[in-house]
Amino acid sequence: MADQKQEQPMQAATSIDAIDKRNLDWFLDKGVQVLIFIGGISAIIFVLGIFVFITKEGFDFVLSRFDLAEFFTSPNWRPTSSANPTYGALALIVGTASVTGTAMIVAIPFSLGAAIYIGEFATGKTREALKILVELLAAIPSVVWGFIGLSIMNALIIDLFNVPIGLNIFNAGVILGLMAAPIMTTIAEDALKAVPDEYRAAAEAMGATRWQVIRKVVLPAAKNGLVAAVLLGVGRGFGETMAVLMATGHSVQIPDSIFDSVRALTATIAAELGETAVGSDHYGALFTLGIFLFIVTFLINLTADLVVRGIKKK
Amino acid sequence: MFVATDLNRQNDKIQQRWRILFMVMTLLLILPVLIILLLLIIRGGPMISWTFLFEFPEQGMTAGGIFPALLGTIFLVSVALIASVPLGIAAALYLSEYAGDNWLTRVINLAIINLAGVPSIVHALFGVGAFVIFFGFGTSILAASLTLAIMTLPVVIVATKESLQAVPQAFREACWSMGATRWQTIRRIVIPNAVSGILTGIILEVSRTAGETAPIMFTGAAFFLPFLPESVFDSTMALSLHLYVISTQVPGVPEALPYGVALLLIAIVLVMNAISIAFRVYLRGKKKW
Repeated sequence: MADQKQEQPMQAATSIDAIDKRNLDWFLDKGVQVLIFIGGISAIIFVLGIFVFITKEGFDFVLSRFDLAEFFTSPNWRPTSSANPTYGALALIVGTASVTGTAMIVAIPFSLGAAIYIGEFATGKTREALKILVELLAAIPSVVWGFIGLSIMNALIIDLFNVPIGLNIFNAGVILGLMAAPIMTTIAEDALKAVPDEYRAAAEAMGATRWQVIRKVVLPAAKNGLVAAVLLGVGRGFGETMAVLMATGHSVQIPDSIFDSVRALTATIAAELGETAVGSDHYGALFTLGIFLFIVTFLINLTADLVVRGIKKK
Repeated sequence: MFVATDLNRQNDKIQQRWRILFMVMTLLLILPVLIILLLLIIRGGPMISWTFLFEFPEQGMTAGGIFPALLGTIFLVSVALIASVPLGIAAALYLSEYAGDNWLTRVINLAIINLAGVPSIVHALFGVGAFVIFFGFGTSILAASLTLAIMTLPVVIVATKESLQAVPQAFREACWSMGATRWQTIRRIVIPNAVSGILTGIILEVSRTAGETAPIMFTGAAFFLPFLPESVFDSTMALSLHLYVISTQVPGVPEALPYGVALLLIAIVLVMNAISIAFRVYLRGKKKW
């Protein structure tokens, strides 16, 4: 496709006919091409812009007050203490990690199982209906999930497990798992679909049952895509804000059990940014959390992209 | 003739077991959500009425309607669409019609994945740093909508790119060979053949934009306003933020009220999505090439 496109304007420089064509349409074509190119690179500009602007706002704090060791090893997030504010993010990192981990324990088996069922076992209308249903589930807004955690799950957990507070790692983890699973299912199913049908046909011709084909042929061939699906799910869980803000209980502590309340990195920014003065240490500290979140999700997405690219090279 | 051996039967049995396991997993993924949706309808359904939709909140948001929030969400989504649709279509046109298989295209694709993957609260921080402070828009509909526009840009780009690429290459070649410029080909041939696919993407973006909360929290959405916004430089209430506020920040809210707001929000999002999906299925059936 790319070759054909480049041939078209090639003769322009030499032939007289081509010079005649430098009329309004020719200039319009060039003008539009410039505009479209700007649109094309806009995504790059915005990603750089995001990094530049959050770094700009967090920069003073990073230079003057930020302490790398404190940030990663101290569980004391006390930005509002008047005597001695501390900015240890360990408890927040543990909070985010524990919720995301629980979410993945819920989401990985179910989304991969669902992807295999929808992609390999289900046929015809059942398959279409399931795919549409999964797509609709992925569209439920995170604030609604947060509300479900707050109202329905909270009461359910208090009743079922006999614990005093239902807003905890377990609640947020299950909510986040249910949220991430449809997206992971869709990506994983795409990865299964990318395995050529010839592979399946060849294995079936040798007398393999459908399950044998899936286990010995399809899954190994789709391995990278499935890993990417899981990585993108982790990225999604890591960056989720509203659901985690509303369902974790929002208390800064290193949890002992799955029924302890925690607080996530994203939720901290959402809860505290409104109360800070622009340019204060606290304000800068929240942007520093943002820089950390940006870098981690960037690395997760980059890794997922490299893993997917791995299959294409083969 | 084929005769099933013990090994065949055993293999079939194993296959059946796995098949049922995966089916149960699929159902376990879907059923809880359907039950939750049902609960939302049962508890929130009775709240939905004309007065709920078209009146202002009263008594510190513990009674009355949600009109300013509903209108605010419509404003936010509209301004976000005005900003992101042209840009998203331009980006998709570049990727589909101009870009070669080179490093720049790879970087653009990676940037799009990242734009979609950056946490929504980081988008909010960007909105505060860039639009509210640097460009001086203050906390306004404009700042919030631009933040939403950048966040949902990947939705438009991906949907548009797919529908542009579905237009057969032969259509373009036929047009070029008649002496048309590239832009004439795009405007007269490529876009008309892809327009319904592009619309599907835009509807999907509306649904996505309407449900977002974190990006608008500090850029333009207010907890409560007793009046409606008059220009894009005013802040506004929004349905998604309203749900957060009345379910966590306001004491004494009757239990049914947030259920009603949640149901309304989810209904808007799911109906938009369903329209987009139905449109897509319909188009696939009509496709002539």
